[in-house]
Amino acid sequence: MNAVVELRDVHKSFGSNVVLKGVSFSIPKGQVVAIIGRSGSGKSTALRCMNHLELIDSGTIHVCGHAIHSPDIDLRRLRMDVGIVFQSYNLFPHLTVEENVTLAPVAVKKKSGAQAREIAERTLRQVGLADKARAYPEQLSGGQQQRVAIARSLAMEPKVMLFDEVTSALDPQLTGEVLRVIEALAADGMTMVLVTHEMEFAARVADTIIFMHHGKVWETGPGTMLRDPQTPELREFLAHGL
Amino acid sequence: MSYEFDFGSLLASWPQFLAGAWLTIQLSFPATLIGFVAGTLLAIARRSSVAWLVRASGIYVEVIRNTPLLVQVFLVFFGLSSMGWKVSAFSAALLSLVINVAAYSCEIMRAGMDSVHKGQLEAAECLGLTRRQVYWHVILRPAMEKVYPALTSQFVLLMLASSITSQISVEELTAAAARVQSETFRPFEAYIFVAVAYLGLSLLMRAGLWAFGQMIFTRRRRLGAQGAGR
Amino acid sequence: MISGGLNLHHLYFLLIGAGWTICLSLIAFIGGGIGGGIVALARISPLRWVRWLAIAYIQLIQGTPLLVVLFVCYFGISILGFSLPGIIAAGVAMVVYVSAYLGEIWRGCIESVARTQWEAAECLALSRTQRMRLVILPQAVRIATPSTVGFMVQIVKNTSLASIVGFVELVRAGQLINNSIFQPFVVYVLIAVVYFAMCYPLSAWSRKLERRMQFGARAVGEV
Repeated sequence: MNAVVELRDVHKSFGSNVVLKGVSFSIPKGQVVAIIGRSGSGKSTALRCMNHLELIDSGTIHVCGHAIHSPDIDLRRLRMDVGIVFQSYNLFPHLTVEENVTLAPVAVKKKSGAQAREIAERTLRQVGLADKARAYPEQLSGGQQQRVAIARSLAMEPKVMLFDEVTSALDPQLTGEVLRVIEALAADGMTMVLVTHEMEFAARVADTIIFMHHGKVWETGPGTMLRDPQTPELREFLAHGL
Repeated sequence: MSYEFDFGSLLASWPQFLAGAWLTIQLSFPATLIGFVAGTLLAIARRSSVAWLVRASGIYVEVIRNTPLLVQVFLVFFGLSSMGWKVSAFSAALLSLVINVAAYSCEIMRAGMDSVHKGQLEAAECLGLTRRQVYWHVILRPAMEKVYPALTSQFVLLMLASSITSQISVEELTAAAARVQSETFRPFEAYIFVAVAYLGLSLLMRAGLWAFGQMIFTRRRRLGAQGAGR
Repeated sequence: MISGGLNLHHLYFLLIGAGWTICLSLIAFIGGGIGGGIVALARISPLRWVRWLAIAYIQLIQGTPLLVVLFVCYFGISILGFSLPGIIAAGVAMVVYVSAYLGEIWRGCIESVARTQWEAAECLALSRTQRMRLVILPQAVRIATPSTVGFMVQIVKNTSLASIVGFVELVRAGQLINNSIFQPFVVYVLIAVVYFAMCYPLSAWSRKLERRMQFGARAVGEV
């Protein structure tokens, strides 16, 4: 199958709260998909389901050949193929920037210390923070920490990258540096799924935009969709924001 | 092991265990009540603007918290008798328990009271409440609700610590075990039994205190534990 | 405050008792620390029966007075056929007591490491053991330091109960002195002073550590 990510009729509830009511979409290799929608529309949940952080109630999810919905899934292999960056960066506070990035390559991929440091240097340079290798997370700004988080995921050489509202927690003047890194990754051909509120960025960088509403895929289309919404709900969302 | 366990021999002694347990309760219940009130007064003193009060209560709390209860019990017992006052072992035990739990309650209440937002005090004053009313409605009552779980744990600890008073011949539960084992020559079984009895007492006490809390803290009851203290 | 009868010899004897108090406290802390680590990890084990065993152990020890635990160990050991000095019974009882309390304290500290740290480590494909060893435990240890130091004070105070089974630590030493000079009040005041001298520095240190933790590094990136 050509699709790197494929969701079919996914349902998910938290207790009595039904969050995903039959979500289906597929993402071919090298494409960038942005998921937009109101809070509570299910977009973050859908993303977290792709990485097995949440378990789905019914439907199927295939990511990089892994059947996420299956109970026999090899989680470690999945996590090596799929990288995720969180809204609250979640850097390890007791480790330096470099140690944050080299931890998983050494522990999981059994790279030697020297190899891991090379990888760290490369990915930190990619996000523009090669000079901060020895710093501790608390010494960096929010935008810098988020970029380190991206480098940390990249160091595992994933096939797909997931971004969960990665700029929502940042001061406005810091979002730019993070978005630039994401744009560069897209240009390099990384398959990415972004849950985001940055409409202008989504329109420019994403190949496909998915608008989610009340737990369903309400409208999808290319970036131009945002200038010419088809459904009234999307029109309302774009007019009034989040 | 050639030892044969014989728990049956304890059965005949159940009145003694019951009497001991009753005395444990008679000791712990008043000590908890009086100690809590004393501790709250101490906390108010600790937070007051009168310098010597702050100093004195601070020293009191530090001394109690940094010396063992066993030593405190002996000091009260021998101290009182050396001053010529003939007090029963029970009274000396009760007094030392009150002195002890007051210090710990003071710290717990102080933490609760300190956590009240300055803004709430200002709002209350601007509504015209007197200082005393502000203290009661805005500081003490919310503080009590917030630290109630910590207080509960402290009171259960007190009940368990009352076992130490057996050393000045108070005939509570641990002393009952000592008595029974001197008659039946089954010390191991006697103390195992008493351990289980204390376990039962602490579970009962926790349940009772929880129910009491549900009753008097109506907000906690209505909102559930998550609503309280946030 | 040296009154009639109390001489330098007595003070020296008292200080030796204090030395034994420290000795028993160290045994309790090290033995109980190892036990506490096992209990804490068992308490959060993914295996249900291991968790329940740990919960039962903690509930049992925390619901029983230390004095009773001490007697059970003391008489239990003699049942097993050994006739050992009081320090063994006291040591065993203290280790059992400390491992239950420290285990529970440490469990709380492990669980207070933010859930998001667990997720981030999980999403980097680290195994459960690696997650604990490389990410969670280092942070939990930092969080646990103030309350662990605070608990050391409880350990030192609780060694006083060993006097009841005849171990000559500080309290017993004082009681022996009192048997010859019959000045219980003075003797116990002296004992209290020595305990205070040992415990107050630990209490103060624990408070300092706690203050430093509140104003120092917070968990980063917490939204």
